Amino acid sequence: MAERGARLLVADDNKVNRLLLARTLMLQGHRVESAENGRVALEMLRRAAFDLLLLDMEMPEMDGFQVMEQLASDKALRDLPVIVTSSLEGVAHVVRCIELGADDFLHKPVNPVLLKARVESSLEKKRLRDQQKALVERFATSAVAQDLQQGGFALGGKRVQATVMFCDIRGFTTIVESQGPEETIDLLNTWYTLMFEAITGHNGVVNQMIGDGLMAIFGAPLPVAEPPLAAVRAALEMTEMIELLNAERAAEGKAALAIGVGIATGDVFAGYTGTQERATYTCVGDTVNLAARLEAHTKQAGRGILIDDATQAALAGRVASNALGAVQFKGKARPVDVFAIATDRPD
Amino acid sequence: MPDTPDTIDRSAFADLQAAAGADFVVELVQTFFEEAPQMIAELRAAQAAAAAERFRRAAHSLKTNANTFGASALGAQARELELGGLPADARGIDALQTQYDTAVAALKALTHG
Repeated sequence: MAERGARLLVADDNKVNRLLLARTLMLQGHRVESAENGRVALEMLRRAAFDLLLLDMEMPEMDGFQVMEQLASDKALRDLPVIVTSSLEGVAHVVRCIELGADDFLHKPVNPVLLKARVESSLEKKRLRDQQKALVERFATSAVAQDLQQGGFALGGKRVQATVMFCDIRGFTTIVESQGPEETIDLLNTWYTLMFEAITGHNGVVNQMIGDGLMAIFGAPLPVAEPPLAAVRAALEMTEMIELLNAERAAEGKAALAIGVGIATGDVFAGYTGTQERATYTCVGDTVNLAARLEAHTKQAGRGILIDDATQAALAGRVASNALGAVQFKGKARPVDVFAIATDRPD
Repeated sequence: MPDTPDTIDRSAFADLQAAAGADFVVELVQTFFEEAPQMIAELRAAQAAAAAERFRRAAHSLKTNANTFGASALGAQARELELGGLPADARGIDALQTQYDTAVAALKALTHG
């Protein structure tokens, strides 16, 4: 009975109905609060998290239909389960409630046994939905999950202006060979945790994890104020995190880690690719290729963070960098001006 | 005591007591006694003002509450007013008032018994 102690809101303008419904639900083990009209109910829902709303239809100030319309257009409240309790007669009312997103419809006076069954079923559905949402978030990062929840899922993409980042652990093969597999998995998990933290902290989205590397996008699927600046700041934070991790590793007598980061800004084609059953949010285009090339170039350049000229221009001098000159990358028609971000400990 | 099965459906009332607790039902009946006269007053005001929607809503509330306590006869009369449209005179409301008084007496007997 995980649903015991769920937080319920009863909205009904009729005092007898309200008291009785609240009492019945309380006796069924729930925490219950009540509102005497739709406006008050909506205010309470926006102030605190509830698990379920029991909603009367005919109320002064704001009726049940209006409340449901408001809920549907509110991102934070859209998934709140609603059970309509009404003695309005006629199927048309029931249909309208269901169309507006009501989970269920109970006629008043409400039968306590039926009420219990419907409330538990709604709470169970909500629990599953929350679980699903958490899963989607774990695997796709919250920005993609939010985008999916807002727009639904559709294969295909759109052209957007974004900043792309590639990052990997330098000399990872050597590290793997010097330690056991458990330790390697452990190290990767720590590394991914630190990198995710820095990237999502700057509103980036990690959309690929490849062995000891990852790809992140800033500016898609959700807009970011300044994607180039956000990406570079995330890279600097990632570098700091690695230094902290290295201090710990040094204390344990372990070799230091180093990362290489490549950042490029421009048009990307972003969207969901795959099949209807299994798809991933990704970005393709020249900008993506360039970021990958820049990341690979960090080894040759002997610098931790490399950016392209478009990113450099967008920074407008707010982050210190050095020009490394033009580099001709494989697959690129013209040479690209490359810049290295100055870190406290240039390597 | 005007306690006929028509006035209060005893089994519905017993179900309510079982589900919500007898003590709570005493309080709830008290709340109904406080609220219902306002609904009847609203019926009269709405009829006088020819406000059909207000009239229907008031009758609707009264119907729901009456049925909550198993006051079937009162509930049926309120339903007739709810679905019957705005009446030309107050006779239906007077009849409802009489039925309400009967229901009050019966509910008092049941809760103080």
